[in-house]
Amino acid sequence: MIKLENVRKSYGVKDNQTEVLKGVSLDIEDGDFAVILGPSGSGKSTLLNVASGLERPDSGKVLYNRENIAVLSDKQLTEFRRKNIGFIFQQYYLLPNLNVDKNVKMGAELASNGNYAEAINALGLSEKRNKFPHELSGGEQQRVSVARALAKMPSALFLDEPTGALDEATGRQVLNYIGKLQGEFEFTVIMVTHNTNIADMAKTVIRMNSGKIIEQYRNSSQKSAYEIGW
Amino acid sequence: MITIKDLFKLVGIIIISACAVFVCALFLNYNIDLRGIEPQITEQTQTLYGALVTTGKVVSAVSGGCLLITSIIMLAFYIKHYIDSHRRQLGILKALGYSNMRISRGFWVFGLSVFVGTGIGFAGAFCLMPTFYSARNDEGYLPMFTPEFHLELFAALVIIPTVFFALLSIFYAHIKMKMPVLELLKGNTVPKIGHVKSGDGLPCLKDMKRATVRGRKSLVFFIGFAVFCYSAMVQMSLGMNKLADEIISLMTIMIGVVLAFTTLFIAVTTIVSSNAVSVSVMRVFGYSTRECSSAVLNGYRPAALVGFVLGTVYQYFLLRIAVNVLFKDVENVPEFDFNVSALVIAAVSFVIIYEAVMYFCSWKISKISVKEIMMDRE
Repeated sequence: MIKLENVRKSYGVKDNQTEVLKGVSLDIEDGDFAVILGPSGSGKSTLLNVASGLERPDSGKVLYNRENIAVLSDKQLTEFRRKNIGFIFQQYYLLPNLNVDKNVKMGAELASNGNYAEAINALGLSEKRNKFPHELSGGEQQRVSVARALAKMPSALFLDEPTGALDEATGRQVLNYIGKLQGEFEFTVIMVTHNTNIADMAKTVIRMNSGKIIEQYRNSSQKSAYEIGW
Repeated sequence: MITIKDLFKLVGIIIISACAVFVCALFLNYNIDLRGIEPQITEQTQTLYGALVTTGKVVSAVSGGCLLITSIIMLAFYIKHYIDSHRRQLGILKALGYSNMRISRGFWVFGLSVFVGTGIGFAGAFCLMPTFYSARNDEGYLPMFTPEFHLELFAALVIIPTVFFALLSIFYAHIKMKMPVLELLKGNTVPKIGHVKSGDGLPCLKDMKRATVRGRKSLVFFIGFAVFCYSAMVQMSLGMNKLADEIISLMTIMIGVVLAFTTLFIAVTTIVSSNAVSVSVMRVFGYSTRECSSAVLNGYRPAALVGFVLGTVYQYFLLRIAVNVLFKDVENVPEFDFNVSALVIAAVSFVIIYEAVMYFCSWKISKISVKEIMMDRE
């Protein structure tokens, strides 16, 4: 379970300080599919960074199964991410000098996952294994980044605008893979997006504005990536 | 567009051009002044006079030439790196309608780094000249003479290099700016790919190491060259202790240290900055700083080793030839043999310098802000 208690986070110093998270509290169950919605500057990406251990909050607790990761050192946080977290970014961030196989392997090696080819196949990339990132389309690159994250066998997968740079068809395809694999492996998904339609895929929907959670609810049923609007 | 802060990054060129001009100014000024006493040279002092003139020419040509070439390579490398890391900004200027020449003209300020370096070198040489002159004639065999300022030497060592480097900067930037505006705006380059095949069973970090090295071959050259220079200069300095005076030995060793440290430092910090995104992704996924450093930096060690071996072999044969040629008519010249202790000193001291630079860069890697890099790319 991921639990945030009264988390505060500010950027800048003295007069230029801006409080981005203003005492956010949140519970996400294991195996949940949570979508965080909100306009630009609402603090949703910062919430994702803090919840995933990429950043420490100024105050408050970030609990993973009762362990407060907000007090861990850099080294301990790295170790924590290594064991628990997968990431998917809007800009993919594939390693440009490594081919698809090696990019996915980069995630798999952290979890000593020798069967990382399964992730490549599951994302429909078996034909592209030897291609380099610049030889792939945006959708293919994002699928590689999904495969890389999943090959790591994370207990929680964090996605920051994963479809932000994709067209509708490709975006739906990527979300479909994520939804399908989440259903199969039951890892926790926390996704930040501008696209309100994606909320229909979620079990839990969190709406943010001005650094606060203004609404949180659970969907009675989840739609697939091909059933939601765009 | 190019700020003073950017120019500070050219500190390597400042240091190297200062060293080059320092050595050349010292020896060439001495040679010019020496020519003034030529009518007073007797038959007995003719050999000494000839040896001093030859030494001045050789030291100026070898040290000055070597440092000049290094400065040119470094400047071209730095401009390329600057353009690569500022592609978006340059692309915006180009998209707005600024011509390639208009943008490239701004790069003339890179020549200022040479002016600063050569100016410091020339001034430093002038300050040391009285001591240097008396040391070269401490036995009093030659008539006394004092250092004179030679405008033509100042022009040749300070003004011309400054103008040359400013023009070179503009020219090189102009060539690099010829790429299409959209390519510049995209801000990322198609990487040079190493031949790392899928399924060859290598751990991912080893692949990264290989790919990093293959993607930046110029840096392999720089690191190999840095070690080559260091090895050659330090061993030459220590190996010549029976043949040359202390000032030349000290200067040679200092140039070796400065060259190695500066070149290595620039090369390695460039490796770190050009791999910042990859490192930050690796860190997001949970790779430790040590693993990231190993993937990015360790692939260059073989180049360092090759540079050291080549530098050792080169200096040995160079000194052998130099001794045979320069001192063929001189009696009682000590035998020149391979100096094992010089090799050991050069190796140990270089390992210390190399590891210090690598340690600094590992620390730099640990300080890479994942969030800043991610935000910068969006």
